[in-house]
Amino acid sequence: MTLTEIVDIQKIRADFPVLDQEINGKKLVYFDNAATTQKPIAVINALKHYYEFDNANIHRGIHTLAERATRDFEATREAVRKFLGAASTEEIIFTSGTTNGINLVASTYGRKFIKEGDEIIISGLEHHSNIVPWQMLCEEKGITLKVIPVNDRGELDMEVYDQLLSEKVKLVSVNHVSNALGTINPIKEIIAKAHAVGAVVMIDGAQATSHLDIDVQDLDADFYAFSAHKLYGPTGVGALYGKKALLEAMPPYMGGGEMIKEVTFEKTTYNELPYKFEAGTPNIADVVALKAALEYMDSIGRDKIAAHEDMLLQYATEQLLQIEGLRMIGEAKNKVSVASFVIEGIHPQDIGVLLDNLGVAVRTGHHCTQPLMKRFNILGTTRASFAVYNTIEEVDRLIAGLHRVKKMLA
Amino acid sequence: MTINEIQDEIIEEFALFDDWADKYEYIIDMGKKLKGLPEDQKTEDNIIKGCQSRVWLNAHKDGENLVFEADSEAVIVKGLVSMLIRVLSGHSPKEIAESELYFIDQIGMSQHLAQTRSNGLVSMVKQMKNYAIAYQLV
Ligand SMILES: Cc1ncc(COP(=O)(O)O)c(C=O)c1O
Repeated sequence: MTLTEIVDIQKIRADFPVLDQEINGKKLVYFDNAATTQKPIAVINALKHYYEFDNANIHRGIHTLAERATRDFEATREAVRKFLGAASTEEIIFTSGTTNGINLVASTYGRKFIKEGDEIIISGLEHHSNIVPWQMLCEEKGITLKVIPVNDRGELDMEVYDQLLSEKVKLVSVNHVSNALGTINPIKEIIAKAHAVGAVVMIDGAQATSHLDIDVQDLDADFYAFSAHKLYGPTGVGALYGKKALLEAMPPYMGGGEMIKEVTFEKTTYNELPYKFEAGTPNIADVVALKAALEYMDSIGRDKIAAHEDMLLQYATEQLLQIEGLRMIGEAKNKVSVASFVIEGIHPQDIGVLLDNLGVAVRTGHHCTQPLMKRFNILGTTRASFAVYNTIEEVDRLIAGLHRVKKMLA
Repeated sequence: MTINEIQDEIIEEFALFDDWADKYEYIIDMGKKLKGLPEDQKTEDNIIKGCQSRVWLNAHKDGENLVFEADSEAVIVKGLVSMLIRVLSGHSPKEIAESELYFIDQIGMSQHLAQTRSNGLVSMVKQMKNYAIAYQLV
């Protein structure tokens, strides 16, 4: 395989201080990017700068620091709007992450508009974060939960989806990209079909935003949630996109400061969008730093990041398949840079422990997708997921590591 | 041998290894040699749930002493389980309940007892002591 340099890899690696360390005497190889990506110095500096120079509470004070903090906070909202292709910043709500965004929709839209006897559709590829909130809602309201099954390649069975759709379905919630297998789901088609029966669609974008271009208007998504920490940004912050008309019709999620217009003991009127859904002092510093993460990705070029990751995935898949007894779990035609696999006769945890001793960080286990693991009749997988700073040499380290692990466990 | 004498013996065995891989190969070997439990004893009652790998633990009285048998689906955990059994099994409930396990730390395997590993080992040690305390009372 001849490898052309798609990105300036040495320069990129230098942007991530955490990568420059040894684990157990070996250079760290970080392949747990689907769990969380590492942070570039630009993001770390944005956090530091905020606390060193601009820290103040937002939307309240009239002093200079409050103005600066508010300006930067709102600048991220505009950056996220652009990033998602949303029509207006009123449609961008800051959350603590994907899980928070999904729960917000389940608790407000779900509680108000979905009733006993109605149906909600999710898929067999979902993360627990996109299963449990709907189960809770279904239990509370007497709603039925239906699941789109997964085929042997790890793709959604769209024929069954067609059959599940009916006038009873009020909401469909699926992920854009599967965290366990990397499958890219045909969400544009899923959304169009759901709309045809009058259902709204929530997209869990946690795994998509670092790899794919997102355009919520083109997709016609009703809700789209993501987490900053999976796209080189800080932990504890994310955003929820919602169509304005839907957000306006929804009741608030939490009550408190910031989300109100006027409070009297008789009646409180709520603030306008998006503040209606942002009760309390938000995670200002991390929101500010999220903008640096989005800019960082743009500075490399999102198409280049994707091309580099695809190259790594292709190379890794070829090499992995040469290991005897190894089976890929998730061989979708469309997938992001996630290689999930099992090796016959070896428990994933043993692989993870030994690879860690070799300096290679992978994820092992069920990846918060227990129903999916059950579907494939496995306990869990070993998952290597690649980001922009990973290299072919690192993939070679993984492959050599797996050979060593196999020998040790034989 | 007392519990501490056995712990010291294991520490001495591990002192021979200067490479991480030798240590792990030894543990893997012990894991493979541990008899484990027959399938019909891997019950929900005996299970100690870790996030990633399950451990099963069984205890019974043999005369005055408490005997443990255990199994795990991951071989490294099974090797560690095997050492725990070697140290604790066959002693009186009082000795087991009062024991202090220092060998895991000394042989450089303490990270496997950390919460994050979620392999059921921490719960297993706790459960072994609970059995000992319970058997002390009867
Ligand atoms: C597909 C998917 N959905 C939801 C989540 C939850 O994201 P967070 O923990 O950031 O809320 C994750 C994170 O692992 C994920 O991969």
